[in-house]
Amino acid sequence: TSRRSRGGREKKKSPVLCIGEEQPKNWFTELQVLKGHFDIVRFLVQIDDFRCASAGDDGLVLVWNVETGERLQELRGHSQQITAMTTFTCENGPTSHTSLITASSDRSLSLWDPDTGNRVQTISDLQSSVKCLLVLERLCVWVSGGEELCVWNTDFQLQCQRQNQSDTELPKNCVAAAVDKEIVIYRLTVSTDSSMSLAEIHRLSDHQDRVRALINVSDGLFASGSHAGELILWDAIDWNILGYEHILWEESQACSQAEIRLAAPKPSESVHSHILAAVGSGLYVYSIRTKTVVAYKKVAHDSNVLHTMLLSDSELMSCSEDGSVRMWEIQDLPLPGEPASPGFFGMWTFGRSNKQTGLPSKKVADVPPHIRTLELTGDLIGHSGAVQMFASFGENGLLTCSTDHLLILWKNGERQSHLRSLALFQKLEENGGL
Amino acid sequence: MIGSPDVVAFTKEDEYGQTTPDPWALPEEFSVPLHPLVDSNPWAKTSYAKFTKDFILISEFSEQVGPQPLLTIPDEPKVCGTFDLNYFSLRIMSVDYQASFVGHPPGSGYPRLSFVEDSRVVLGDSKEGAFAYVHHLTLYDLEARGFVRPFCMAYVSADERKIMLQFRELSLRFSQASECLKAGNRRAFAKELQRKLRDLEYTHSVLQREEGLQREAGPQCMYSAHAVEKANELANVEKSIYEHRDLLRQICSYHHRPRRDPHAVTCQKLDEGEDEGGKRRPSYTPQLIKAKSPKCFDKRLKTLAELCDNTFYEATVELLKETERSFRGDLCYLHTRRLDKALRRKQRMTNFLFEEDLGDDDEDEGGTLRPFCAVNHAVDNFTLLSPPPIVLGPEPLELDALEPPDPLDPASGTSHTQESELGLVESHLESSPSDQTLETQGSSEETKGSFSSDKSGTGLAVRQQNVACMKSDAPDPDPDSDLTPDPDHNIDLERESSSEEIETTAGEDEGDGTPVSLLEVVSELEASREDECDGLTNGACEMQSDLLVPLDTACCMAQEGFLYEASAPEAVPRPGQSSHLQPCQTPVVNQEPQALLHLQDDYTVGSPSSQSPAAGLELPVELLGDADSRTSVGDGFDCTMSASTGSDRAASPLGYGGVVTLRQRKKAGQGALRFVRQYPFAMQALWCLLSGRTLVVLGADEGMVRRLVAALALFVPGPGKCGEKVQAWLSCPFTLTDLQRWKLIGLQRVASPVGSSMLYSLSRYSRYISILDADQKTLRCPSYRGQLLAKIADHRTYIRRGSTFFLHLQSTLCHLAAKAFLFTFTHHLHLPVSSTEGPKVVEGRRLCFLQEQLGLGEEDSQILLYLSQLITQQYLQPATGGRASATCFSFNYTTSVLYKI
Repeated sequence: TSRRSRGGREKKKSPVLCIGEEQPKNWFTELQVLKGHFDIVRFLVQIDDFRCASAGDDGLVLVWNVETGERLQELRGHSQQITAMTTFTCENGPTSHTSLITASSDRSLSLWDPDTGNRVQTISDLQSSVKCLLVLERLCVWVSGGEELCVWNTDFQLQCQRQNQSDTELPKNCVAAAVDKEIVIYRLTVSTDSSMSLAEIHRLSDHQDRVRALINVSDGLFASGSHAGELILWDAIDWNILGYEHILWEESQACSQAEIRLAAPKPSESVHSHILAAVGSGLYVYSIRTKTVVAYKKVAHDSNVLHTMLLSDSELMSCSEDGSVRMWEIQDLPLPGEPASPGFFGMWTFGRSNKQTGLPSKKVADVPPHIRTLELTGDLIGHSGAVQMFASFGENGLLTCSTDHLLILWKNGERQSHLRSLALFQKLEENGGL
Repeated sequence: MIGSPDVVAFTKEDEYGQTTPDPWALPEEFSVPLHPLVDSNPWAKTSYAKFTKDFILISEFSEQVGPQPLLTIPDEPKVCGTFDLNYFSLRIMSVDYQASFVGHPPGSGYPRLSFVEDSRVVLGDSKEGAFAYVHHLTLYDLEARGFVRPFCMAYVSADERKIMLQFRELSLRFSQASECLKAGNRRAFAKELQRKLRDLEYTHSVLQREEGLQREAGPQCMYSAHAVEKANELANVEKSIYEHRDLLRQICSYHHRPRRDPHAVTCQKLDEGEDEGGKRRPSYTPQLIKAKSPKCFDKRLKTLAELCDNTFYEATVELLKETERSFRGDLCYLHTRRLDKALRRKQRMTNFLFEEDLGDDDEDEGGTLRPFCAVNHAVDNFTLLSPPPIVLGPEPLELDALEPPDPLDPASGTSHTQESELGLVESHLESSPSDQTLETQGSSEETKGSFSSDKSGTGLAVRQQNVACMKSDAPDPDPDSDLTPDPDHNIDLERESSSEEIETTAGEDEGDGTPVSLLEVVSELEASREDECDGLTNGACEMQSDLLVPLDTACCMAQEGFLYEASAPEAVPRPGQSSHLQPCQTPVVNQEPQALLHLQDDYTVGSPSSQSPAAGLELPVELLGDADSRTSVGDGFDCTMSASTGSDRAASPLGYGGVVTLRQRKKAGQGALRFVRQYPFAMQALWCLLSGRTLVVLGADEGMVRRLVAALALFVPGPGKCGEKVQAWLSCPFTLTDLQRWKLIGLQRVASPVGSSMLYSLSRYSRYISILDADQKTLRCPSYRGQLLAKIADHRTYIRRGSTFFLHLQSTLCHLAAKAFLFTFTHHLHLPVSSTEGPKVVEGRRLCFLQEQLGLGEEDSQILLYLSQLITQQYLQPATGGRASATCFSFNYTTSVLYKI
């Protein structure tokens, strides 16, 4: 049931998507390789505007300054690979302090102070290793999910527990947990003596295959994606299906290898209108408003997409096992009547979908009037292994982590150059001349 | 490379006859004779000399065979060619050796050691085409006449001006060498004295015992001739013991004497152990000293190495070798190199880009000279302890002497000439008073000092003295010999020196005085010889002389007299009053060429620089400056990454483990020239390197790839001290980290599966690299259409010599670095001038500066921007901790094209 239990993949025979060397929109013109891990780096968590934590199979958690590329802290304590990591901000009085919670295969959970590098709390000898972590900041508790669902308070005291797999936070103190093909809704109730209890209140079994992704879209919506490529948009209040999309990828691998990954802007961020689904090596942008896929790229990468992110309403980014990070832009088709000139799109979008017309796919056949295209605006090549995850720091840059044990900090060369120039004149002034 | 010593412009005859000196005119140092002799190299002033290169000669005035050369540095027979070393030794040794003396000074009971300061003399022999800086020194030898052995070290060159202009430095370096020798000699001498004392004490005890036996034998024996003889012998031994003890005390008091020689350097930590030498003396079996004199000509004189503890001797030779190396090349070359260095010191900010490492020269800048000779200083001759290294350092006095003129003093610039001239004269005067310890000598020393200093300036006086000395040192004193110098010889001398007008006139000025002194000298000498003979016939005297091995006190006395008398007629030349001296001083270095004046302005950003604008005027004294001295280190080549196939590794000097030296770079210049001439797309390749795009040289033949890499490495900005940014030979696929680290990579082309992964990495990272295929002769890189590099990458260039090309491109790169420096540190190109200005305005200004003021196109601007980035990073490095900022790797997304031959 682990996400990691993916078998070897056969090589895609699809033509390589190549943008070429001229990438005027790609402003990542400087990079810095950050070394420190000894094994696959799988997780990146942004701590604040300039710090990021990375964790991976070596059990190490490293805290980086993304402005300078400096390694600030080395959090050692886990003896096995990290399976989940999240930040935990608890507002105690005027100042809020961000901590890191990590879960590891050594069946322990740890709370770290990223400022000092100290392990503040730790729980070991769990019955099973934790697969996912969810922080309920309103209640100042956090939830760990593995074979069981546990609720913890800030002091690492177990509040209550249930069998579970993966979870997402829902309104009314509900937690949705994906258990195989079903989504189980729990309600967390806090009694007057501040003890908590967890009660299963609903079970959604509309997915045909194992639920792989579960995200919170907004206060009233959440979405789930299954292994078979189903995307379901749920009402978070009454658990109704608001939209159902079955994204079919290549027939050859329909059942076995592909998986769905979902990404949506954080609920707090602006107006959310899109859900980004990665199915296999393809990318699909699902509009919440129209309840349809508005743009997609069936073969966005040479290999499975491992992480995606919507940077804005029109920009998105994806990374893949092929070792690259790609930046996309959702563009309106210049002429809706002529979907594409073959030279421009190549044979990999419409050409391929034409072949599939006979299949029970509704997506490509009935093209909605305002379908848009997903244009590759740039790619970042640097890692020599699968890019596991990335974290964006806005204009400060982008941090990627990979199977090749490295992290790469991608930056805007021009901006960095300007910053260095500022630093130079500052130092010049401090030194009183050369 | 700021200056190009190889490139010297021709002077052109001015048709209109300039009246005012043109500040832009070439200084005389760089000029070429207008009408050079037919068939001669206008630059070769050495054409008529019998030797090809400058060399250092060490000679001795042997009491047995007279002046003789001991060794030359470099120690190769071809160095001096047909040059007659024996004759030249005669010339240089006959100048000054009598300046030192030992003997019974009037009113003193015991023989006195004089702590003779060295004397420095420049003399020339225009017939031989040889000029020399001659440094005289005396070493102590218990067995030598008067305890002293006169030696001299000479720097022999065919170029008189070179010697005159380098006088101060030569003097400094030879003083160090001399001090090293003398320190070793004092040790050895003290050891010898101690041993001798033990012998004497032993002899004394033996004699006492014999006397005691005699006394026991009875009073009748007391007054027998034999007994009297024994008693005399005993008395003599006792006297001798006192004398030797006194000598030992004197030599040990060496360091307590005052020194006034500003050129003198001290050899620290050398003589510390000597005082306790007597206590620690290892087992030495004393020997009975026979009351019989060894024949003067029978005994074997100690060699120089024996005279000075061997380690000190070797250290001295090392010092001299170093000196010889650092003075290689003609005056113009030396000059330019120093200029270059002086200027480079001011451009510390950009030196890392294209200049080779200046090494430890920083240390000399303050005027301190710190040669470290790794001499093992053993407190004891017989047991080698772990010794502290000998540190040669100038005395504080020296510091003052070398201090550059006060930059804040406005007068210093203009009065510099005069000041240094005076300073030099003064130092001459001070350098020569030869004996500071003998309070009885006061006035005579003054005159003596002036005497030798005078000699250093006036050639003819020296020669006449030479003649005098040669006469006086003739082995058999012939009373009938000419008392005046051989007229023919004299004429000859006149003719010789005709080229040096000054000296001739100077000689004429003194014309009257000299013969008189010569007469006196010779008569004095004869008197002394007679005395000596008398002494030898005298029995008692003989006894004494026998016990005290040096016999020639009387002779020495006479010589002292000679010196005194000889120098008497010549007044102490005061800088101001001695008119004939003044012109003689002019050749001595006191002014750099005027060309320097234009270069003295420092770049100032913000506050004015603290560096003295006149610093350039000071000849920086270099010690380890010559890159050649580091060659051996540089050749060491280690490449951990490479699976070498065993072909010539020496093809490339680059790699980890060695400092890249100037010589290697010059050698690479040949390769660069070949590259530029051979490949029409050389310009594009150079642009890649200069704009920071990693260039991969792909090839199957390791030697070829290495050679190419070595040549191209010249164009890698900021290659690192040991060429860290260059990987000469790589036979495994590279990664992104490698690209970040290396800017030039030699990559092995393999046909095996390894090759395919290599090709994969090549194509994967193709956006970050340019690929020069050495086998197919292609280059894949972004297109370059700029003009900036046309000058250095012109494949129709007329430059044929690699080193010339190297200098040519060094000057271009230096120019680039200067522009980049200007760009980096010009405030308004990076920051808004007023608060209303947005970043766009600043950017526009920056573009305008690059395009219009510097006239650079887009691609040329990239070079400058990259260099500027490097300078910025270098400048910020210490503050930001270095590691993080240094590993940034910038690139841009542009299309590459394939260039073919």
